[in-house]
This record gives sequence, structure tokens and C-alpha cells, in this order.
Amino acid sequence: MSWGEVDTGLTPAVGAETGRRLDARRVLLLLGFVIVLLSGVRWITAAPDLTSSGTYGAALRLAVPILLAALGGLYSERTGVANIGLEGMMILGTWFGAWGGWQFGATWGVLLGILGGTAGALVHAVATVSFGVNQIVSGVAINLLAAGVARFLSVVAFTGAGGGATQSPQVTSTLPRITVPVLAGGSFFGWESPDVLGWLERQHWFLVSDVSAMFRGFMVSLSILTVITLLLVPVTYLFLWRTRLGLRMRSAGENPWAAESLGVRVYTMKYIGVLISGALSGLAGAFLVMETAGIYREGQTGGRGFIGLAAMIFGNWRPTGALAASGLFGYTDALNLRSDPAVHALVLVAAIALVGLGAWYLYRRRFIGGSVALVLGVLAFVWFALTDSIPRQFVFITPYVATLIVLAVASQRLRMPTYDGITFRKGEQIS
Amino acid sequence: MKRWRTRLLWLLVPVSAIVLAVAVSSLVLLSIGESPVDAFRSMFRYGTQANSVASMINRAVPLFVAGLAVAIGFKMNLFNIGVEGQYRIATLLAAAAGAAVTLPAPLHIAFIMLVAMVVGAAWASIAGVLKVKRGVHEVVSTIMLNSIATGLVAYLLANHLRKPAAGSELLIATPQIPPSGQLGPLTQLGGEDLRSFLLLAIVLGVAVYVLIWRTRFGYDLRASGINPDAARVSGVDPNKMIMRTMLLSGAIAGLIGMSDLFGFFHAYTLDVPTGIGFDGIAVALVGLNHPVGIAIAALVFGWVDRAAQILDLQGVPKEVIIITKGVIIFSVVIAYEIVRRLVLSQEVKTAAEETRRLEEEKETVAA
Repeated sequence: MSWGEVDTGLTPAVGAETGRRLDARRVLLLLGFVIVLLSGVRWITAAPDLTSSGTYGAALRLAVPILLAALGGLYSERTGVANIGLEGMMILGTWFGAWGGWQFGATWGVLLGILGGTAGALVHAVATVSFGVNQIVSGVAINLLAAGVARFLSVVAFTGAGGGATQSPQVTSTLPRITVPVLAGGSFFGWESPDVLGWLERQHWFLVSDVSAMFRGFMVSLSILTVITLLLVPVTYLFLWRTRLGLRMRSAGENPWAAESLGVRVYTMKYIGVLISGALSGLAGAFLVMETAGIYREGQTGGRGFIGLAAMIFGNWRPTGALAASGLFGYTDALNLRSDPAVHALVLVAAIALVGLGAWYLYRRRFIGGSVALVLGVLAFVWFALTDSIPRQFVFITPYVATLIVLAVASQRLRMPTYDGITFRKGEQIS
Repeated sequence: MKRWRTRLLWLLVPVSAIVLAVAVSSLVLLSIGESPVDAFRSMFRYGTQANSVASMINRAVPLFVAGLAVAIGFKMNLFNIGVEGQYRIATLLAAAAGAAVTLPAPLHIAFIMLVAMVVGAAWASIAGVLKVKRGVHEVVSTIMLNSIATGLVAYLLANHLRKPAAGSELLIATPQIPPSGQLGPLTQLGGEDLRSFLLLAIVLGVAVYVLIWRTRFGYDLRASGINPDAARVSGVDPNKMIMRTMLLSGAIAGLIGMSDLFGFFHAYTLDVPTGIGFDGIAVALVGLNHPVGIAIAALVFGWVDRAAQILDLQGVPKEVIIITKGVIIFSVVIAYEIVRRLVLSQEVKTAAEETRRLEEEKETVAA
């Protein structure tokens, strides 16, 4: 991993991937295992919220801002600019989103939120790309500055107008929502369609009901922003990996000197990447405002920018990986919101998964990793058996611990853009 | 002569930052229809009262310690973003440990500080081990560890270390540390306590200076920061260096909360200030990673914090100073980068001239 120091001896070719990659078939297989596992545990522990459509719906809603931040970080880091200012840009998104929504309605709120995040990104781009300031330093400064700006602007704009120093007035309109007809019970030109998946979910059949609940959760009362965010995953892949501009942007992160020698305007590419990351973080902020209470509240982002950064790393700097990681983090968040027994049951899920992983490792003759996973799995079993509930704070730290473990175990398999985090100066040699 | 000019160039960094910060804050104040001149005048008048001086120093001490912790990492290109988490968990555990024992006064204080340093170093060592053994970048791991520390502190405080509720008291806090583990004020200025941890902070600053600029270890540390390859070739084990620096940085970070703990709170409560770790990054940057610079930067930030308290009474939102501080940070890092490049190109030019002069001399001798 670079981000600050780099071995200048040898650089791998652009696009070269090290380690075994997770292809689509493996991912689907893994997903299948997880669904069966969750259904089984739901069956055993009688914690219906583990797989209810409400949980899945909440998981999706909670995953969206994380996913947006992760995709934002992806654009920036693919062009070689480390961005730990995502949190700050998201804060600007929440403030401007709420202000715009209060003044002109929800649609304008979203647009202004995007602009707010982009403004923060512009500062980051000017400092790091044009002036060559260390990217971590600039990111930290943006986070500090954004919190201050939001507080100041709240005092100026919201006090005496139905809000205050830490809270905005209500947004004046809401965004349209979509419920899929026939499958999930949405209305269709005034006709109340049946709710097929909802009926299946209520039967509480093993697996069938669980899978129906999952699909139903993804189809009921979707915010238009959720749909857009999900579409951004394939769009990001196609844009970065299948267009000429995308290739040039990635080349700025893989080897800016080579790219420059081939006539790519590296600074411009980096500016585009950073600005998109700000726009997406701003959208994430606006989403938080529109989807929760319709107001801005100080501390509303709650570190989601950092979780987004974690999801991007967890997802190996790829859009599909970011989607999977955001989904996982959103799911644990949703369980935490909805019910205690479900969170408790999650420990059993983790225990079974760890034992399974340990057995697999032992079968593959990886004795150290296998025994560690087995021991952890058994410990999780004991924990599950001896307790009735889990402290909320533990669920809060789950994404962070998971990311640390993934980084510790799989850092050889993850591959960040080669010159991510390295200051590039036009016309200078590799420094 | 040349050296003198370089120093002057470096001096431009903080000066231009402060000028720019004042200019931007004035513009912000003008844009909301307030007079910057009035605001700055009342800030100056209020900020130079005796009790404000005491308050400024009290606010500056934790910032100074945090700046030192961050700067030690920066000196070897190690970004310890985790100072925030390190000091919070250290302060909590030190407060709980301090309340659990009874010792003679100086020993009690030393014990609490020792616990804080050990906990801070231990929490930082997680990031160190992950970097050395698994190649995980410290920025990522310390960001994660900050959030984990936040959750862990909340959990421990709520479930294990909380003082048993007495009557209807709902305060969430650790038990009170007995008087032998408290530090009385050094003196009073205009009715405001000047906390005596200031003296320990000064000792710490001198110790850090000696360690980093006057010892073999410090030389290796700075060399690893400037040129890791050269340091490695000269026999410095980079992994050992990373671990030592991380431990040292974490141990100092553990002391950030001590001034407030010894001199004011005497327990860990929800009111113990948070965010000082992040402010410490700013202070280290503005102070150019040197103890003297960090002290000045901490005093400036402490003063601005204190002096701004008067603004609310005048109907000016005091939050404007957060923008002022942000502008200071950005202008310092940008100006620093520009000056660094200027100095570098100057040095290259000087070296080139020197080489040419030597070659010419050689030719004259040969002729």
C-alpha cells in the first residue's frame, strides 16, 4: 500500500491485478451461502427481523449514503488523489441540501447539496493538485473546515427562522417514491395491485419467505435517489473501465508520469476525479437530509464519510466491491435500528461463518488461518450462548473492525491504484 | 547570508497565513453585515484581560501536547490521524484507574500519567503492528481505530466504569479521583485558574525537542522521514522505527487529556472535550512540526478560541473563528509547499553555481 511513500524501483503494469480475484460466479455463490445461512438462523432463533423486508428496506436506505461516499472516494482515488475529506464534503452536502430544500423545495435541495459537496472538493483539488499539498493533510483540514462552515452558516441562516445553530427548519417538499406494482403492492394507474412477495413473506417458509422478503424490501417505497445511486454502480464501472476518459482518469492514478508522456492531461483528470467525489459525497449528504427527518442536524453524517472510505477499501477500489461492502454495513446498521434479538442472532451467523471459514482453510491446509478462524468461531458461539443481547456500541464499531480485519488478512489481495496518494508535479521526475 | 534569506522565506509562511485568515474572516463578517473592525477590536480588548490570558494558556496546553504527538509522526512521514482515539481512550482509563487507587500525591499523579501513556501507546501500537506486519496504511487503520475508540469509550463508560448512581444523580461519569490525584492551580490571573499541568507540558516540549533534534534516535527518525532509503542503507530498521515512533506518538497523545483531568474535571465525564486530536494535527501543521512553533500555534489557537467568546455578546456569531482557523490551516500548508519548492530550487541553483565555480577553478589550475 502506498499513500505517502512508494517504492520507486518497479511499478506493475497498468491494470495488472495481483492475487486471486473474486469473479462474478464466486460472488453469487457466496451471496447464496449468506442468504441460506441467514434463513437458517432466522428459523432457529426466531428473530424474524433478521430477514424481514423491513430490515432489507432499511438496510438499503442506510447503505445509500455509504455507497455514494464509497463511489466518490473511488473516483478520486482512481485518479490518484487520496480523499479522507469525504466526511467534510458530506457535511457540506447535508447543510446545503437542507438549506436548498427549505428555501426552494427538495429537488433544488438535492442539487445544492451536490454543489456544496463539489465546492469542498474544489478546495481539496486546488490544494492537492495545483499546489501539491499533502493529500492527507488537505483532507483532514477539509473535515475541520466543513464542520466549522456548516456551524457558522447555521447560526447565520437558521437561527430565528425555525432552526438554530445545530438544526435547520423543515424541508418544504419531498421527493417521489416508487413501489413496484404486482410484486410489492404498488399502485398502478390508481389500481391497487396485489403484493405477491409480501404474501410469500408472511408464510414464513424457510428460504422462500426470506428471499421474497429480501426482494420485497428492495422494491417498496424506494426514494428516487436510491434508484439513481444503484444505477451509479454500473454507470461508474462502464465510465471508468469502458470509456476513453475513464481510462485516462485511471492512468493518472496508476502512473501519472507515463500518462503525461502519452499526452494525458493529468491535472485535469485529477480535478475531474476529485470534483466527482465531492458531488457524490454532497449527494450522500442531501440524501441523509431528505430521507431522515427532512432537516439538517449537526453530526447527522455520523462518520458515514469514513465508513464510505472503509467500504471503498473493503471493496478493493471497485464499484461492485463498494456496493457489496456498503450493503453489508447498511445491513448491520439496519438490524441495530430495528431489533435487539436480530443483532444477537447475528453473532450466531458470524460464529457459523467463522467455523465454516476455518474448516475450509484447514481443508486447504492453511493451518494457522484455519485455527484462528475456528477459535474465533467457537468464542462467538460461547458469546451467543451466554448472552441475551449485545451492546449497541458494538454494532456501531462493526464496520470499522470488519475493515481492519479485512485489511489485516487480505491486504495482499487488495490492490489500490499504484500512485494513489502520491503528489504528482507536472514535468517533474518520479520523486 | 543565504541562510538568513531562507529563514526569512520560512517566516513568510505563518505571516501570510495570518494575514489571509484575517482578510477572509473580515470578508465573511462583512458579508453578513457585521463590522470586522469592531469585532477584532472587541476580541483584542477582551483577549488581553488577565483572566483571558489564563484561559488562553489552559486551552493551549492540550493543543500543544496533541501537536507534539502528531508532529513526532509527521517527522518520519507517519500520519498518526489516530491521536484523537488514543487520547480519548487513554483519558477514560487513566481517570478510572486514578479513582480506583489511593497513593501519596506525587506518586498518584505519576501513576495516572503512566496509565494514560501506556494506554495511548497500546492503542497506537495496533496501527503500528498492522503497518509493520500486514502493510496496512496507518491513515486508514487510525481512522478506523478512532471510530472504534469512540464506540469503546461509550461502551466502557456506560457499562463498566460508570460511578454507581447516587440518588437521583444522572451524571454519566467515572468516580471522582481523590485529592492526592489532583493538581491545584499554579496561580490565578484575574480570578481564572492557571492550571499547573502547564509546567509538565513545558518539560514535555523540551524533552521532545532534545529527543528528536539532539539524540541518535531522533536523528534516525528524521532521516527516515526525509529519505527512507538512505536511512535504511545507513542501518536504520524501518519497521522498528515505525513501531517506536507510533508508540512514542501514542504515549504523548495519552497525556492530552491530563491537564483537564488533573486541574478541572477530576473524572471522565461526557463534558471532557473531544476533537483535540484533530485540532492537534492543525497545530502541528501550523507550527511546522517544531516544539517552539507548535507552542506558538497552540497559543494562537487558544487565544482565538477565548477571545471569540466575546463575539456572541456583541451579536456576532463566534463560529466565524472556525472559518478563521480553517483558512489558517489551508494557507499554512499551501504557503509551506510554495516556500519549500522555492528553497529547493534555490539550493539546486546554489549547488549548480558552486559546481561551476569549482570546475572553473580546476581548469585555471590545470592551465
